[in-house]
Amino acid sequence: MARKVTNSRRWTFTILAWGVALLIFFPILWTILTSFKSEADAIASPPKFLFFDWTTENYAEVQSRSPYFRHFMNSVIISVGSTLLGLLIAIPAAWSMAFQPAKRTKDLLMWMLSTKMMPAAGVLIPMYLLFRSWGLLDTRLGITVVLMLINLPIITWMLYTYFREIPSEILEAARMDGASLMKEILHVLTPMAVPGIASTLLLNVILAWNEAFWTLNLTTSRAAPLTTFIASYSSPEGLFYAKLSAASTMAIAPILILGWFSQKQLVRGLTFGAVK
Amino acid sequence: MSMMLRGLMGACAMTALAVPAVAETLTIATVNNGDMIRMQKMTKPFTDANPDIQLEWVTLEENVLRQRVTTDIATKGGQYDIVTVGNYEVPIWAKQGWLLALEDMGEDYDAADILPPIAEGLSLDGKLYAAPFYGESAMIMYRTDLMEKAGLEMPERPTWDFVFDAARKMTDKSAEVYGICLRGKAGWGENMAFLTSMGASYGAPWFDMEWKPQFSGEAWKKALTDYVAVMNEAGPPGASSNGFNENLALFQTGKCGMWIDATVAASFVSNPKDSTVADKVGYALAPEGEKPQMWLWAWTLAVPSSTDAPDAAKKFVAWATSKAYTEQVAAEEGWANVPPGTRTSLYENPAYLEAAPFAKPTLDSIMSADLKNPTTVEVPYIGTQWVGIPEFQALGTAVGQQFSAALAGQASVDQALQMAQQIAEREMAKAGYPK
Repeated sequence: MARKVTNSRRWTFTILAWGVALLIFFPILWTILTSFKSEADAIASPPKFLFFDWTTENYAEVQSRSPYFRHFMNSVIISVGSTLLGLLIAIPAAWSMAFQPAKRTKDLLMWMLSTKMMPAAGVLIPMYLLFRSWGLLDTRLGITVVLMLINLPIITWMLYTYFREIPSEILEAARMDGASLMKEILHVLTPMAVPGIASTLLLNVILAWNEAFWTLNLTTSRAAPLTTFIASYSSPEGLFYAKLSAASTMAIAPILILGWFSQKQLVRGLTFGAVK
Repeated sequence: MSMMLRGLMGACAMTALAVPAVAETLTIATVNNGDMIRMQKMTKPFTDANPDIQLEWVTLEENVLRQRVTTDIATKGGQYDIVTVGNYEVPIWAKQGWLLALEDMGEDYDAADILPPIAEGLSLDGKLYAAPFYGESAMIMYRTDLMEKAGLEMPERPTWDFVFDAARKMTDKSAEVYGICLRGKAGWGENMAFLTSMGASYGAPWFDMEWKPQFSGEAWKKALTDYVAVMNEAGPPGASSNGFNENLALFQTGKCGMWIDATVAASFVSNPKDSTVADKVGYALAPEGEKPQMWLWAWTLAVPSSTDAPDAAKKFVAWATSKAYTEQVAAEEGWANVPPGTRTSLYENPAYLEAAPFAKPTLDSIMSADLKNPTTVEVPYIGTQWVGIPEFQALGTAVGQQFSAALAGQASVDQALQMAQQIAEREMAKAGYPK
């Protein structure tokens, strides 16, 4: 039986939801506002919210100082590339764990997840030496593979959760109709799991886009993505908050726009199977 | 031979003649500060004169840069041809064989013109391993109007007691004016830069000649007690979170009576575009206790031994730290904007002395800094606001956390010093000192 929601209750929840959303979004909003201030207005006390001399000179300065487009393209290639590569490996792995579980599958999944708990700095030097030996320092290929490996446990876990919601009888029926393993995964499983795969893809693109430890340490200039672009505007000796905000806004804008347009898929994917 | 083939061969030959040999790309790692960014915009004369050299800039926040460059140089990654490093790193890295000696910098480089305290800090066994791009010391920046209102006159070099007294008299908390702003944020390059030099001025060293930590001594107790007391009475709220930038913002918005920090800050606080108190700033030498407070820092350009373009890299370093570059900046952006604190000739230039009112205290502060004798007693290390051992970054930050806790009221001065002593003893034993 549907519960009747009173008007006042609905308004309360709406205001509460907007309040929480604004609270979460406020740092981004403040960054965007600061990017249009002069450096003096950026540190003004009390802070100036809307009434200041709006300027776009920070954007002009950032544009003239850094090859934004090169960093942007690197971010796109690295984040999308690492996610697609991860999906290519994780889909068969998740299929096997969801539909052909072995005695230790659960342990294996937990172990995979535990690798995410390891502090990245602990393996920096070995990784750096490997990259140096293989000539992968400051290459898109190298950083793409590293980000794929970092996000692979999450991709596998997410896909495993989605696949488990799909009745195994459907796959068995396909097998009885003579479908090969490849066809079963490609033509039966994958189309049914599209919402889950899409949300995994989007979430991992966002994670890879925002990754800063490995991208800062393993790339220098040619393969450097937008995270290094932002880092170049941070300074402990000199107030460049407005320029830093302009660089940050330019770096997060593409992923914010992507998130805005794909929010339906993201929410759908993240809540997939939550309510049976 | 057909006409087309001959044409193609001719075009190839022309191309080979037109394009200079093989262009070398120099990757330069640098920090994000005003002088370095200005240099990036002014490289045209260099690239015009050296069309076979291309420049690729990697700008990073200084702590990120330090970690990134250390990893690359220690593993011989070879990602950078020129690195921006501080005078803390230069002798340590030179000793490890990570940097190339800068011996052949060209006839008109005039290495003898580099200020002696700066050159000394960048040399090992008489060889220069990094060329200074700009140098800095510490000084007092103060509000002349507030000083006058307090009925005081700032001496050329005040004592600590004068500074504390003035800070208390200049404070008006109801108007959000605080007599003194000092670094409180934990970090070897933040509060420990200030407190190491303040401690040394009180006669408090980090170690004795046998590398035994000295935080249990009376001099450290007096220095830290005075620092915490004056900051509690006349400092801004939340001072334990304030570093250089936070204090700069407070000073520029008129909330600090005095600020003791790096001389490079003078050009920021006196710039009317960014500072609301630009016309009311006075400068004095850093305070004096048992010894004057000493501070010496230089951002330098060095060539890692892992570079595959050493000659081109040295050529660039020579250009960027030359007198000609200084003159180029002066011509394009004015004398007040030239990188300070590296060459004697700059401080003999009347045009510079007129344009930069902070030039004299800056030079005097730099010249009075003695890296080998930072305090009243003999010490086994070099360094004025840092200690020239590789362990100092981690140790300085750990001790800085204790001192920051004392400032925040989370620990007493005695507790903070006791903890600092324990941490230092443990870390030094672990590192195998005395070596």
